[in-house]
Amino acid sequence: MSAAAAGTSRAAHGPDVAQKKRRGPGALATAYLVIYNVVMTAGWLVIAVGLVRAYLARGSYHGLYYSIEKPLKFFQTGALLEILHCAVGIVPSSVVLTGFQVMSRVFLTWAVTHSVREVQSEDSVLLFVTAWTVTEIIRYSFYTFSLLNHLPYLIKWARYTFFFVLYPMGVTGELLTIYAALPVVQKTGLYSVTLPNKYNFSFDYYTFLILAMLSYIPLFPQLYFHMIRQRKKVLGHVDDYTKVE
Amino acid sequence: MDVLALEAKNVGTGENEKKSAPRPKPKALKKAKRIVYFEVEILDAKTKEKLLLLDKVEPTATILDIKALFQKSNPKWYPARQSLRLDPKGKSLRDEDILQTLPVGTTASFYFSDLGPQVTWGTVFLTECAGPLIIYLMFYFRLPFIYSPKYDFTSSKHWVVHLACMCHSFHYIKRILETLFVHRISHGTMPLRNIFKNCGYYWFSAAWMAYYINHPLYTTPYYGQQQVNTSFYIFLFCQVGNFSIHVALRNLKSQGSKVKKIPYPTKNPFTWIFALVSCPNYTYELGSWIGFSVMTQCVPVAFFTAVAFIQMTVWAKGKHRGYLKEFRDYPTLRSSILPFIL
Repeated sequence: MSAAAAGTSRAAHGPDVAQKKRRGPGALATAYLVIYNVVMTAGWLVIAVGLVRAYLARGSYHGLYYSIEKPLKFFQTGALLEILHCAVGIVPSSVVLTGFQVMSRVFLTWAVTHSVREVQSEDSVLLFVTAWTVTEIIRYSFYTFSLLNHLPYLIKWARYTFFFVLYPMGVTGELLTIYAALPVVQKTGLYSVTLPNKYNFSFDYYTFLILAMLSYIPLFPQLYFHMIRQRKKVLGHVDDYTKVE
Repeated sequence: MDVLALEAKNVGTGENEKKSAPRPKPKALKKAKRIVYFEVEILDAKTKEKLLLLDKVEPTATILDIKALFQKSNPKWYPARQSLRLDPKGKSLRDEDILQTLPVGTTASFYFSDLGPQVTWGTVFLTECAGPLIIYLMFYFRLPFIYSPKYDFTSSKHWVVHLACMCHSFHYIKRILETLFVHRISHGTMPLRNIFKNCGYYWFSAAWMAYYINHPLYTTPYYGQQQVNTSFYIFLFCQVGNFSIHVALRNLKSQGSKVKKIPYPTKNPFTWIFALVSCPNYTYELGSWIGFSVMTQCVPVAFFTAVAFIQMTVWAKGKHRGYLKEFRDYPTLRSSILPFIL
């Protein structure tokens, strides 16, 4: 019981952490999170710039994936750290929710786009990469400014408004990409295990992908309406909020 | 002021046994003069609107009594469905709590939330267990539409498949019988949605395991009969152990009593593990499933075992913490589920 008194400040002030992200659990954790969010913002900006430059150089929208493949993989995979942040308690979000969101992104990046070469030249890839890029730049800069207690209203507004278009856009891109991968997976038996084998286990990646696509039906509306509700809560009380603190 | 009232106030005076007894008794003696009735108002926890005002409530009334009174005006909300709290964000009050022992003035305010339709734990346990029992047998007998039609109603040629069916069935029959005759659970009910969640998990897992074990292309364990026999003995040992613990826990408390007691090893050697572990029922359950996994050499079974282990560890840790909080002299050697480890 005496351990509580010792300096384990991380998750000690429960209500505080839950209510105010900026009050955070400690100067060190806050500094780390600021650095993390700045790096991520920068990373996604690199991807954005890469897309624009490639488009200008090639003169067309096709095949832009290849020009940003590496930074996309690096920074999207880096988001796995966010699950750790929640687990450790320096970020007051649900581990399960965050885990689910990050894993779905990582799944699309590696298990679909990277693994099935044939889809990499699809336009649907550009659709979701663009949606992700814009979303993440806004989201990470939002966190950065929030942690520093200097959140410009514009960023807050952008975060809770752009999703109206970006969300459906991203989902469309993702679904079309998975759909494009289906015939290849079925033909090559990618990531699939058949009976008989000594583990008495089988896995059909093709069926799994179809189930994944179907899962968007119940999940997407829930997430979308959650964001709409958040928007009302956050942007609703514009009068009470003083812009720069 | 009469002498009786004065002495009732000074709880410290041990002169007269009757008067130094807890408060209800003196009040009962002076019924005509001194009962202080309570006023109870029930507010909605979310909207804070007044739902009901009860006046002339006996100070000795329990929360359950108040819930029954509340149900009179709102018949839809039976007591098991009601959650009454002193603070909208606080913990729910227990049914046994007595009104006058609560930190309220003579006008008590309770916040009400609807817990939703409830179902008894017995019902949940029975459906949870009956499902896997039946589902596994459907796969074992290779009913149509599961495997290729040419295998319908055929029987596996491997001995281990028959043994596995017997073990799995025995396990769930045992569970059903324990639910009916052995277990004594303190929580009366749980939310209705739990039955869907729990059954979904158990039934799906049973189907998944059964599909592979009873598959025409099933591959027998790598180390043959030796592997099967050893793991079967482990399974059996742990089943007996698990049952012994359930019986020991049942004998710990008498029917209806809410008094908590520390479980200790009894004459039954299977209960000696209480010396090292707070929740040996979970330890044995884990052992049974490990045995079953090795016996069938089937990844889905191992996966189910892993998930069960995580869930049971969570429960065991909670129970262990509860014991430590409740009893100052709780044996320090004990871990929650795995001796010395977890």
